[in-house]
Amino acid sequence: MSVLKLNNVWKRFGDVEVLKGVDLTLEEHDVVVLIGASGSGKSTLLRTINLIEQVDDGQVILSGDDITDPRTDVDKARARIGVVFQQFNLFPHMKVIDNVTLAARRVHKWPAAKARAKGVALLEKFGLGDKVDEYSDRLSGGQQQRVAIVRAIMTDPELLLLDEITSALDPMLVGEVLDLVRDLKEGGSTMLIATHEMSFARTVADRIVFMHGGRILETGTPEQIFSAPERPETQEFLARIMHR
Amino acid sequence: MTDGVPQVTWAPSELELARRQHRRKASGRSVLIAIVSTILFVGVIALVLINTPGWESVKATFFDLSVAKESLPAVLQGLWLNIRVLFFATIGVAVLGTGLAVIRSLRGPVWFPLRALATIYTDLFRGVPVLIVLFLVGFGIPALEIFPRLPAGVWGGIAITLCYSAYVAEVLRAGMEAVHPSQRIAARSLGLTHAETLRVVVIPQGLRKVIPPLMNDFVSMQKDVGLISVLGAVDAVRAAQIEVAQSFNFTPYVVAALLFVALSFPVIRVTDHISARMARREQSGGTV
Ligand SMILES: Nc1ncnc2c1ncn2[C@@H]1O[C@H](COP(=O)(O)OP(=O)(O)OP(=O)(O)O)[C@@H](O)[C@H]1O
Ligand SMILES: [Mg+2]
Repeated sequence: MSVLKLNNVWKRFGDVEVLKGVDLTLEEHDVVVLIGASGSGKSTLLRTINLIEQVDDGQVILSGDDITDPRTDVDKARARIGVVFQQFNLFPHMKVIDNVTLAARRVHKWPAAKARAKGVALLEKFGLGDKVDEYSDRLSGGQQQRVAIVRAIMTDPELLLLDEITSALDPMLVGEVLDLVRDLKEGGSTMLIATHEMSFARTVADRIVFMHGGRILETGTPEQIFSAPERPETQEFLARIMHR
Repeated sequence: MTDGVPQVTWAPSELELARRQHRRKASGRSVLIAIVSTILFVGVIALVLINTPGWESVKATFFDLSVAKESLPAVLQGLWLNIRVLFFATIGVAVLGTGLAVIRSLRGPVWFPLRALATIYTDLFRGVPVLIVLFLVGFGIPALEIFPRLPAGVWGGIAITLCYSAYVAEVLRAGMEAVHPSQRIAARSLGLTHAETLRVVVIPQGLRKVIPPLMNDFVSMQKDVGLISVLGAVDAVRAAQIEVAQSFNFTPYVVAALLFVALSFPVIRVTDHISARMARREQSGGTV
């Protein structure tokens, strides 16, 4: 069964149509990267999957469950999806470990000791072992973003959504975050990623999805998309972004 | 991780030591200047005061030490009532104020009536003078004759709670709204419910932002509990009034005033300390 299936997803803000019938399927272990110009609807698509935005039409199906059905428990559905934002959004009044274990304790009702043990293990694995009891606003941007990723994967979500997770970072710090994402791919995570980092997209993606004006115009392997894009819009976008 | 990197130990250089000594000397000098200028300042005010034509009679009616000593026990006993009223009113304000703030922050049409009620409440009780609320609650509610007879201090405490809850609710709400919406989104994305998000993420951060104004309201409440005397409760103010009537001397009022100041002083200092610490913490994160 597919982890994620989008059927004809529409979204408008006022009279601006931002998503115009998006179809997309992710199988288990798939890593799909969304590319496209600013305003093409990448973030909006991720937000509708996470139910932060309500779709105007179509379905979001998570492992067979239609989570856009009004009868679904929105909180339960969100707990099955891990999200990392551009702006980290750690809770500054909590320590790193409490940020990381919050959902495990509160939503998944793990015992505190189990949550802490797993949180510490993950933080150590990703080189944050010495930051466990630090307050999260005392970390560097790259460290904060890595903590945010650990927070998102803490409860083994079925699907991970990453929205431009490096665009608020100094170029120096981008590498450490992207390395972590590559580790997650090795570990078999199913991920849907929006990014402007084309070299990262090329190395991490199983499939690249090009969005334009709220539609998916072209889908293919990194080789197809970057070497021989078919649509003129894709060619133009890639030409522009490569020559920045 | 530090393989190959030679370990460096640091001892302050001559330059740094000289700088530190200069800073120490400079700070010693500023303390001295502060002391001298304070003594001069107080001295001048005292001189002017003592040389006013009416000083002798003012001193006799407001600063009579023997009257002060005599009235102290009664005023202190009255203050004990103020402190008890303050204690229960603080608990009441914390509960009611938080409740009102949460109600006012609820979204969704279902909550409209509750939200409207809370809005009317806070508007009303921030507008009406405390004294009038005291009269209405203290004389009006007992007149309904549905409650057993209660001491005036209880009604006074209720009136103070009603007034201050409205202020505190608004301060708390401002704090909650100052928490960036992305924090709510992050919490909801983790699967936390609306209520959990409020309790674990929004309220703790909002509360932090408004600790100084909240403490300020608390100080203000500390002195306003003295108003319960208008209901006939024998608190510090009323006790002082009785003493004044007996001795034909106003010193007991000064005694009561000093006691109220002494009561609020620790809180005021703690507030300053917390504000300063918060300012330092905020600054340490980034640029000045
Ligand atoms: N809450 C909103 N209200 C109104 N319009 C919105 C809202 N959110 C997004 N939009 C609009 O929807 C369009 C798509 O925005 P979106 O954030 O999805 O783009 P994006 O592809 O993620 O762009 P970027 O690469 O710059 O992040 C934009 O035109 C934006 O102005
Ligand atoms: Mg975006």
